[in-house]
Amino acid sequence: MRGLIARVAGPAMALQDLGRPGFLAHGLTHGGAADRHAVCEGAALLRQAPDLAVLEMVGTGGTFEATEDVRIALTGAVMAAQVDGCALAWNASHAVAKGAQLTIGPTRSGTYGYLHVGGGFASAAVLGSRATHLSCGLGALVRKGDILPVGQDKGKDVGMTLIPEARLNGGAVRVVPSMQSGDFDPKVRERFEITEFRRDPRANRQGVRMDSDGEGFSNPKALSIVSEVIVPGDIQITGDGTPFVLMAECQTTGGYPRIGTVIPCDLPRVAQAPAGAVVRFAFITRDEGAAIQARASTALAKLSGAVTPLVRDPSTMQDLLNYQLVGGVVSATDPALDEGE
Amino acid sequence: MQDTPFVPTIRSVGLNGLLVTFDDTATDAANRAAIAFRSAVDAQGWPEISESSSTLVSAFFRVDLAEYGFDRLSARLSDVLGSRDWTAASLPAGRALWTIPAVFGGPRAPQLTEAAEAAGLSVAQAQADLTSARLRVLTLGFAPGQPYLGTLGEAWNIPRQVGLSPNIPAGALVAAVRQICLFTKDTPTGWRHVGQSAFACFRPSSDTPFPLSPGDEVQFTSVTAAELERIEAHNGDGAGGALREMLE
Repeated sequence: MRGLIARVAGPAMALQDLGRPGFLAHGLTHGGAADRHAVCEGAALLRQAPDLAVLEMVGTGGTFEATEDVRIALTGAVMAAQVDGCALAWNASHAVAKGAQLTIGPTRSGTYGYLHVGGGFASAAVLGSRATHLSCGLGALVRKGDILPVGQDKGKDVGMTLIPEARLNGGAVRVVPSMQSGDFDPKVRERFEITEFRRDPRANRQGVRMDSDGEGFSNPKALSIVSEVIVPGDIQITGDGTPFVLMAECQTTGGYPRIGTVIPCDLPRVAQAPAGAVVRFAFITRDEGAAIQARASTALAKLSGAVTPLVRDPSTMQDLLNYQLVGGVVSATDPALDEGE
Repeated sequence: MQDTPFVPTIRSVGLNGLLVTFDDTATDAANRAAIAFRSAVDAQGWPEISESSSTLVSAFFRVDLAEYGFDRLSARLSDVLGSRDWTAASLPAGRALWTIPAVFGGPRAPQLTEAAEAAGLSVAQAQADLTSARLRVLTLGFAPGQPYLGTLGEAWNIPRQVGLSPNIPAGALVAAVRQICLFTKDTPTGWRHVGQSAFACFRPSSDTPFPLSPGDEVQFTSVTAAELERIEAHNGDGAGGALREMLE
């Protein structure tokens, strides 16, 4: 079988794609990759469709051996990466020869790193998607010894790179009003907007808890609201006044009020903020949000135009000889090589 | 009659869609309206709507508001909303009636007595209520395929208990706020564990992964713990001994 064998597996690696739409009415949430932007970047690097499955890695990756020559791309949280001990550039595509050992991890910045393969991971789809959703019993974490099937790859390009959208260290996140924003006292919303939050270490694919000093952000009407629809990006305020940004695996409905909703194109910034990173929320109007999101969607659709060949600077190469010895890391037909570290 | 009846609202949900809400408390009429309204809009097949759902009191339409804009869709939904009294609308066709066997009380459902006390009923009355009521699937949520069933009589307006029960098993019937929830999976909860079934609410590898739909009706029937064990011993398909008939 054409695949990647996980010789070493980090504790939190799972296949994801753009999720499983169409089942909200049945209580099954959309799910999918925490950083959808990274999925699209990887697709652009490999010049393939963004709906193919990728491997999402938190904290660290693992060691993988290809059963056949494959192309890979690396995006999202920056992690150390080597093929047979030779450093690979992140945010770039590479060739990995049959039998070569691809090692990924640990994380250098950000939270969710992605390994893409040419042809995509070809695990069995359930309900139209390959996204792992552990709490619903769909899929499982990748474990040592697993063979991840890889689909047929029609592409050839490797040694390509793009400049990723900066999103790995928190920062300003734009928020549109939500259905319950008006229930919050304007003073509470004002304070929410000027507060510096820190991403709590207790964060997962369901939600990210935001810590702050000073009092919470609860509102007196909050205790009696009827459970209502949740969408990813909703910022729910729990009973003690703590905000949680709800992420890809949020439940479909919930009874805590939402102070606002992070616009979709800023959600990867929340997902990637490492523990302790400072995050600020800025309210914008629904129309402003729609205009920003429309521009972001257009840019995302044109991402393949931003892909350029990797240019290697010989002065940064630690050991030229070592590079020449690595068969298959670099396409023979493509002179643009990977960056040395 | 309320002094000031709730006027249905149309609100945006982030940039992800529009929510039409029929009440600010969980009434049976608002739930019927939400189910009927969602079905009527779905039947019109608007291309902007990528999917829809209904909650206890609202219908949700997923729309990319960055692409299609809120105002135009809100105006169109408002037209449908004003076309009739949705609280008086009949529920959509194609609904099913489920008869689901369950054990009430005893070691398999240890909080029936406590729930009966909270409702001011004897245990026998409580069990009779739970097995005579024809309940409606108000909404599915929290976990895939998991139904919130209602609406029980006023006596059953019992609050959630203060502490969480750490792990109530899949298939459990739990009661609070005039509703029964039938758990998809093991769940910590403040609702009281009054019954236990072997009905699987989510069957990912089946042709019908979500057996229940909003608007379906559910009737529980009381079985002994020994009968439930027999059902559980041959329950590969997750049907839990339930019967399904079409309504109307």
